[in-house]
Amino acid sequence: MTLLPAAEAPITPPPAGSAKKSKQGIGLGRYIAIRAVLILPTVLILVTLVFFLMRVVGDPISASVGDRLTPAQLEERLTAAGFNRPILVQYFEYIGQIFTGNFGRTLTDNRPITEVLLQYGSATLELVIYALIVAFLIGIPLGLVAAYRKDRTPDAILRVLAILAYATPVFFAGLLLKLVFGVWLGVLPLSGRADTRVALALGRMDDPTGIYLIDAIRLGSPTAIGDVLAHAVLPALALGLLTAGVFLRLVRTNVISTLSNDYVTAARSRGVSEFRLVTKHAYKPALIPIITVIGLQIALMLGGAVLTETTFEWRGLGFQLTQYLNARDFVAVQGIVALLAVIVAVTNFVVDVIAALIDPRVRY
Amino acid sequence: MAGTATPVSARPTIKPTLWQRLPLVSHLRQSIGLQRGMLVVGMVITAVIVFAAILAPVIAPYGFAESRVDGVQFGRQQPPSAEHIWGTTVGGYDVFSRVIWGAQTALLVVIISVLLSIFAGVVLGLVSGYLGGWLDRILVVIADAIYPFPTLLIAIVVSIVLTGGESSLWGGVLAAAVAVTVVFIPQYFRVIRSEVVRLKAEAFVESAQVIGSSTARIMFLHVLRNSTRTLPLIVTLNASEAILTLAGLGFLGFGIQPTAAAEWGYDLNRALSDTASGIWWTGVFPGISIVLLGLGLTLVGESINDIADPRLRTRKRPTKGVPA
Repeated sequence: MTLLPAAEAPITPPPAGSAKKSKQGIGLGRYIAIRAVLILPTVLILVTLVFFLMRVVGDPISASVGDRLTPAQLEERLTAAGFNRPILVQYFEYIGQIFTGNFGRTLTDNRPITEVLLQYGSATLELVIYALIVAFLIGIPLGLVAAYRKDRTPDAILRVLAILAYATPVFFAGLLLKLVFGVWLGVLPLSGRADTRVALALGRMDDPTGIYLIDAIRLGSPTAIGDVLAHAVLPALALGLLTAGVFLRLVRTNVISTLSNDYVTAARSRGVSEFRLVTKHAYKPALIPIITVIGLQIALMLGGAVLTETTFEWRGLGFQLTQYLNARDFVAVQGIVALLAVIVAVTNFVVDVIAALIDPRVRY
Repeated sequence: MAGTATPVSARPTIKPTLWQRLPLVSHLRQSIGLQRGMLVVGMVITAVIVFAAILAPVIAPYGFAESRVDGVQFGRQQPPSAEHIWGTTVGGYDVFSRVIWGAQTALLVVIISVLLSIFAGVVLGLVSGYLGGWLDRILVVIADAIYPFPTLLIAIVVSIVLTGGESSLWGGVLAAAVAVTVVFIPQYFRVIRSEVVRLKAEAFVESAQVIGSSTARIMFLHVLRNSTRTLPLIVTLNASEAILTLAGLGFLGFGIQPTAAAEWGYDLNRALSDTASGIWWTGVFPGISIVLLGLGLTLVGESINDIADPRLRTRKRPTKGVPA
């Protein structure tokens, strides 16, 4: 799923949706409206799939705490939670609750799921943003270099590195980074989002955003800012390198195929240098397909975040998801998956709209 | 592809033999320079790991769940030595043996999952694309919904459903393979379906309809044969992703149980706590194995992709049989 759109990007730029015959005259407003309406079934399908898959295993209460209860107690709790009613009734009730923003309460620690989502979602958001910055800073310049030096040594080295970045699981990259920078060099912290004291100070703030860097800046303490940033370096690198490899390859293939366009040939014949051709003429048009792929990349990053957060004990949604999965707390799992589904669907929507704004041909 | 009538040309062409038309062989023949180098390196790495997996009983000095020999414990977290060339794990197993046996598990899962997802994806794509109608619409909407969702999360959910948490060797391998399969079906489905939709309008399909061939015959004979062009590329790319998904499952503890089979991802999970005390050998070797297998498969897939795309192909070789 990751590699495929990347590899196919120059062939079919807008993977906007199901293949339809192009109709003329659909305006931008109508296009956006259609894409917005499509968010709903996407989320609904995923939530439905997860709901029924999770119920194949059994009801959430017996799965999580069943072995600690007597049959009578179990029956009582099942009745109280309504889990012994027909599954379709439960399903429609659940869907109705989701639409009113009520995801229920976790079974293991009895917290409202919306609270869990807000608390840990901000941590994941922070991680993903850092990782995206790493990916952009590394991937795009190196992709330009590879395209500029096509089929020469730098290109060969960079391409192998990009494939290596793709083939390396984030948790192994994380383990190596921890080993080198955390243990052998001892310059960066091994895990967590901040030192205990800093974390406590941040937690005591009124109205914390949950994004540690913002909170640390608001706190106005340079040590806190430094500590938060130091903790973020290794997780951001581990997660960002994977995506940097994808960006590198995308930029490379797209710049190369843009370079074969007539207008580039015309510019070349006017004596524009090859370096200027890559950085000025071919760079921007080559970025359009990348924008459409970023949507898929963010989905991929959410998957990678689960692994990165586990590796670095970064207490975000992914870390919490594995905790709840191990505890068989399927109500919490459903809530987190539903949120992720919303994020993925909305990201794809935003990406489609941006692509349509940039390139009118995408609309149909 | 194979067996379709070659157009009559004035110039006598040398028809490539069956061996030369096989996916990887034909790609190797077309390639040149750097691309050929990448393809060859990828094939060699993959071949080495395949041999390690097949010969695991011969190569591995110990079993994957063996922690003592003649009643003597190996010891936990022992550094590499003559008896244990890559050291021992926190559970007291031989790292080298577990890595070799792990190759077997990884390849088994990849082969099963790729075969399953090709089968399911191709059949669904063919039926959906050729027959169309409401079935097509529903399948497309479902595939589009699943497609952008993080693959690992789907795999976790499916794996939990299948195993309920516990698993035996074959149960574990199968569950992991099915979990990985579910993730990839939408990809095969989308690719095959779009090919089928394109082919449906071709003249040869129409003529088959006109002479009264049955729908099933047209679908599985005429359309299927012509829509599998891009499969080798997707298979190799998916295979490397299957490795990562399996390792991710194992790393999070939803994969195969350690006593049932050796699995690299699980070993990395256990090695995570070792790193803090500077113990590197428990994590580095299984990790490198994942990277190498992923690298090998991706290199092959990448090269196939580049060779198939004329804009990315380094140089076109002069067609054989040109001097006439």
